[in-house]
Amino acid sequence: MRDLFIQGSYLAASVLFILGLRSLTRPDRARRGMQMAAGGMLFAVLGTLVNHQIADYRWIAGGLIIGAIIGYPLGMRVPMTAMPQRIAISLSFSALAATLVGIAEYHTQIQLDGAVALGHAKMAALGFEVMLGSITVGGTLIAAGKLQDWITSKPMTFRGQNLVNGGLFAGLLGMLAYLVANPAQSTVFYVMIAGSVAFGLMLVLPIGGADMPVVVALLNSYSGLASCATGFALGNVILIISGALDGVSGFILSLLMSKAMNRSFSNVLFGAFGSNEGGKVASTSEAQAVNAINVEDAAVQLAYAQLVVVIPGYGMAVAQAQHQVRELAELIEKRGGEVKFAVHPVAGRMPGHLNVILSEAGIDYDRLLTDVDDANAVLQRADVAMVIGANDIVNPAALDDPGSPIYGMPVLTPWSARTTMVVKRGMASGFAGIDNPLFYRSNTVMLFGDAKRVASDLVAEIKGMEAGH
Amino acid sequence: MLLLELYVFILAGFVGYMVIQRVPPLLHTPLMAATNAISGISLVGSIIAAGTGYHNNPVATILGFIAVICATTNIVGGFLITDRMLKMFRKDSGATKGAKVGASASK
Repeated sequence: MRDLFIQGSYLAASVLFILGLRSLTRPDRARRGMQMAAGGMLFAVLGTLVNHQIADYRWIAGGLIIGAIIGYPLGMRVPMTAMPQRIAISLSFSALAATLVGIAEYHTQIQLDGAVALGHAKMAALGFEVMLGSITVGGTLIAAGKLQDWITSKPMTFRGQNLVNGGLFAGLLGMLAYLVANPAQSTVFYVMIAGSVAFGLMLVLPIGGADMPVVVALLNSYSGLASCATGFALGNVILIISGALDGVSGFILSLLMSKAMNRSFSNVLFGAFGSNEGGKVASTSEAQAVNAINVEDAAVQLAYAQLVVVIPGYGMAVAQAQHQVRELAELIEKRGGEVKFAVHPVAGRMPGHLNVILSEAGIDYDRLLTDVDDANAVLQRADVAMVIGANDIVNPAALDDPGSPIYGMPVLTPWSARTTMVVKRGMASGFAGIDNPLFYRSNTVMLFGDAKRVASDLVAEIKGMEAGH
Repeated sequence: MLLLELYVFILAGFVGYMVIQRVPPLLHTPLMAATNAISGISLVGSIIAAGTGYHNNPVATILGFIAVICATTNIVGGFLITDRMLKMFRKDSGATKGAKVGASASK
């Protein structure tokens, strides 16, 4: 009877998880769907708690309480600009949980009978579980460090790196194979874990900040696969299901991100692209002039525009300018203009990042253009295309310069609007470290300054214009 | 049994692919938060490990204890942040007027 209840709760949870993810296809249904998924989770946990295998509840209770205390601020206090690193840290937790459960299970088997009874299949599952889990722990910690700027976001490379990484990985696989044949060799087990953590670290160290969307999605996938392996090892079907969902989700996202950067997977992981630091002034062959504009003139252009398309980049989020930008959009709309936001798939540091940042600032999601082709069509009829804190995603070299490192990448085309207004702190390059011909075009004006200050100045200017009427 | 589990894995993979492929780029960040929250289901395995009793198996109990903390953090934090994010997606609230930036704005 009790077992029936437990299995029933797992079944219900599986269904609710799938329905919850499916509800994410529509923003208006999404919240309800995920709340149901949360209910499913609660049900499954309650079901587990009545498992008769449990001898002592005290450690469980302690863990639940501490976990809730840590989890609550992570859920309620982290701002949207810090989402990428928060997700990376959460991924490390889930990978750590999978790894530790694997170690505990292995250790229990060793203690029982020297792992003699550990079947090859189960050993393989355990091995994959701890290997993938450890790799993910190492990788996500580095990723979180880079995203939070604790570690340099420059790719850290050394010569022969791919050989070293490849060799290390081969070694890990070798150890796994050996373990499957000889499960009792516990030293190999623990060495493999240590090696996997190191491999995870080394895998992510050479990846630059701009490529983080792909990496975070990929680590999400690995973490899911580690959970899946846990399911195989423990014979727990709901772990297999949710692990598969996670693994597939991360994989799809990382492929989408790679495609949006027009780089192959392997190139992102092993190519150490973006090895020039962002922030360095890119050298141009001839000194070209830009059309600089001041806030007053910019305000006039915006105030009288019929259609403004804002192209936000990560720089806008860093400057925390999203609320001022929303105010600016409201002012323009009050004057009868239309404002849309073109969000490039890899804008930001994780998939869909700028969408939540803009939504957090109160911008309706039907103002957001998330498809590059759709956005470019709208840009063609725009009066002003306002680029804020974005660089590589609006670089025309991607379309017409085969020699450029970003050639072939789908980009937004602000130059097809009547005027392009670029808000930037200075002439420094973006993450690709290359110059952007957009800045020198005749219909482009540069509005230099910090995004937040510029946006609030524009708001003040336009309000001033209205008061003057 | 293993064969059955493989069937489940493959089927779940297909379902996952078909469901997630239809999530619009608008919701990619909540998707990552949601899958992260769901991964907290590993709590199920962690609870069993942590519940073996310190006297019987101290290593499993301690490791399980830490795993329970990790998984619970993800469940509580993950579902809360997903809900918080999804709440932010509004449509037709009078253009962009009257935005309630509220307590969830960056502190």
